[in-house]
Amino acid sequence: MFNISTQALFAQLLVGLINGSFYALLSLGLAVIFGMLNIINFAHGAVYMMGAFCAYFLLNVFDINYWVALILAPLLIGGLGMALERTMLQRLAGLDHLYGLLLTFGLALIIQGVFQNYFGSSGLPYAIPQQLTGGQNLGFMFLPNYRAWVVVFSLTVCLATWFAIEKTKLGAYLRAATENPALVRAFGVNVPRMITLTYGFGVGLAALAGVLSAPINQVRPLMGADLIIVVFAVVVIGGMGSIMGSIVTGFALGILEGLTKYFYPEASNTVVFVIMALVLMVKPNGLFGRA
Amino acid sequence: MKTSVSTLALVAALALPGAAFAQDKNVKIGVLDDMSGLYADVGGQGSILAAQMAIEDSGMAAKGWKIDMISADHQNKPDVGVNISRQWADQEKVDGIFGVLTSSVALAVNGVAKEKNVVYMNSGAATSDLTNAACSPNTVHWTYDTYLLANGTGKAVVKAGGDSWFFLTADYAFGQALERDTTAVITANGGKVLGSVRHPLNSSDFSSFLLQAQASKAKIIGLANAGGDTMNAIKQASEFGITGSGQKLAALLLFSSDVHSLGLKMTQGLQFTETFYWDLNDGTRAFSKRFSDRMKNKNEPTMVQAGIYASIIHYLKALDAMGSNPHDGVKVVDKMKSMPTDDPLFGKGEIQPNGRTIHPGYLFEVKKPEESKYPWDYYKLIATIPANEAFTPLAQSTCPLLKK
Repeated sequence: MFNISTQALFAQLLVGLINGSFYALLSLGLAVIFGMLNIINFAHGAVYMMGAFCAYFLLNVFDINYWVALILAPLLIGGLGMALERTMLQRLAGLDHLYGLLLTFGLALIIQGVFQNYFGSSGLPYAIPQQLTGGQNLGFMFLPNYRAWVVVFSLTVCLATWFAIEKTKLGAYLRAATENPALVRAFGVNVPRMITLTYGFGVGLAALAGVLSAPINQVRPLMGADLIIVVFAVVVIGGMGSIMGSIVTGFALGILEGLTKYFYPEASNTVVFVIMALVLMVKPNGLFGRA
Repeated sequence: MKTSVSTLALVAALALPGAAFAQDKNVKIGVLDDMSGLYADVGGQGSILAAQMAIEDSGMAAKGWKIDMISADHQNKPDVGVNISRQWADQEKVDGIFGVLTSSVALAVNGVAKEKNVVYMNSGAATSDLTNAACSPNTVHWTYDTYLLANGTGKAVVKAGGDSWFFLTADYAFGQALERDTTAVITANGGKVLGSVRHPLNSSDFSSFLLQAQASKAKIIGLANAGGDTMNAIKQASEFGITGSGQKLAALLLFSSDVHSLGLKMTQGLQFTETFYWDLNDGTRAFSKRFSDRMKNKNEPTMVQAGIYASIIHYLKALDAMGSNPHDGVKVVDKMKSMPTDDPLFGKGEIQPNGRTIHPGYLFEVKKPEESKYPWDYYKLIATIPANEAFTPLAQSTCPLLKK
């Protein structure tokens, strides 16, 4: 079992990086929502699933292709998220985290139940877009073009988000509003609207990840539920609310999981949680969290 | 045998005070299945519908029988399955438990059924242990098992030249049993197994495992998994160019719902074994038409759902022949074993002393997209495996019930 060739190692690292990009995109959305809004968004997995379904329906009902869906689906689902924030989540502002968690958890169960009722559990097929079929032979492995695209695209989106929040004026407003909403309001900034938009953005990121994953996995009602717990672990390891933390840990844990799949596949579902437990013991605020 | 006699006596003493000899024509059936997880399209709501249809078709109501049915979701968790079946036996007074996909849950419920002396007819779990080491006088294993899958698909693939294998195995009772049984068939037919990787149940990403399978240079990648796991593996194998590069996939357990969901483009040419296909003959077509009309998503029945129908039909036939419900699992199972099975879905067969129902198995191949002429026209019949060759020969069964 331990006679690893460098070839196999490279291949596993690359595969881990691909999975890591999904973790990063999803945990980034969670981190943005938690960091800026203090909401533990348990509906994130359901939103990711809706993103994939949205891409499926855009293609099969409206004949709208993958590339347009990549923009349209996050906008549509993000809009839905904003409606949700305005009508429900906003009422919980100022209450304990637990209320938001329970509300979003309940919503996730309802959404998944409805989708499962109509679409069953095996899911719907979504083909890889024509331009990205095939792949490159890298010598040590065959890299499907689509997977390469996923890594590059999600890395770009992650870094752009980090830049927008940490380095721009808008991001500064946002961070200030989290610290002291009353003061930011006094400067004439519409804080409630900013919060709604931020929630919409975080939700849109999850929907985007959903569209990206549609051609790789079946479009299934439970695709988000299977993933969300791992993603939460990623956020906890990275440090709740830390933008860069969620990106770095997302990719790092993807790679670590990939290596586990090679050396001890039986543990590949649990390795992330083992790491979580270890990190919490040593650094309770997560690797990148502020005390 | 001693324990079962004493349990019997105890149950008789407890259950039959007073109205012992009045004709009891009340029956309660419990359908326990994966209703919401990765196998829900294989069983799920379709299992409940199949049970309802069996109760209606049995004509028992006209003969004065009152048949109730309840159902529950075991979530693919053995502890949940055990709790529900205990509660069913103790509080709901359920006479028979039907369905129970997922081998780990199936084996756990097997113990409860024996302890509570209820009838247990499994349609859905694959592990051949149910009629070998873990066999029980309360249990009948309908539909299929890992021995059949190994002998059907495994043998056919080795004979067609696929003599070196690498397994992707679901890491629980089912996957391990399937890998074990298939390995036995491969080596018996002159092939060899180069390696295997055990993946957790319900994995979404198989690329890592597929790369290991690719590196093994085996001619055949055997998928010893099911449902969502098999589908993701097939889809990603095509994405990583594995199927295009000379290695072939052998999906050891594939259901029509999987093929429907993946589409023919992705699944064409796969060979696998089933004991029921909706479009097999007039009998299966007539049933399937009625079934799909009543399904919300218009799906055709899977072999697991068909097995629930057929096993309940046989169960009710046995009760009818007994004249009244003894509420005694072993007694009813013994009666069922003494009667030949015969229904339009699985044809003629019998229940062997170890609880194994035998009927023919079929080796199918998934059609090419251009060969499919109407909705759900998915399979080509390649070979029929006669009932007496499809399942473990009694002489090889390790079931303790066979040793008198």
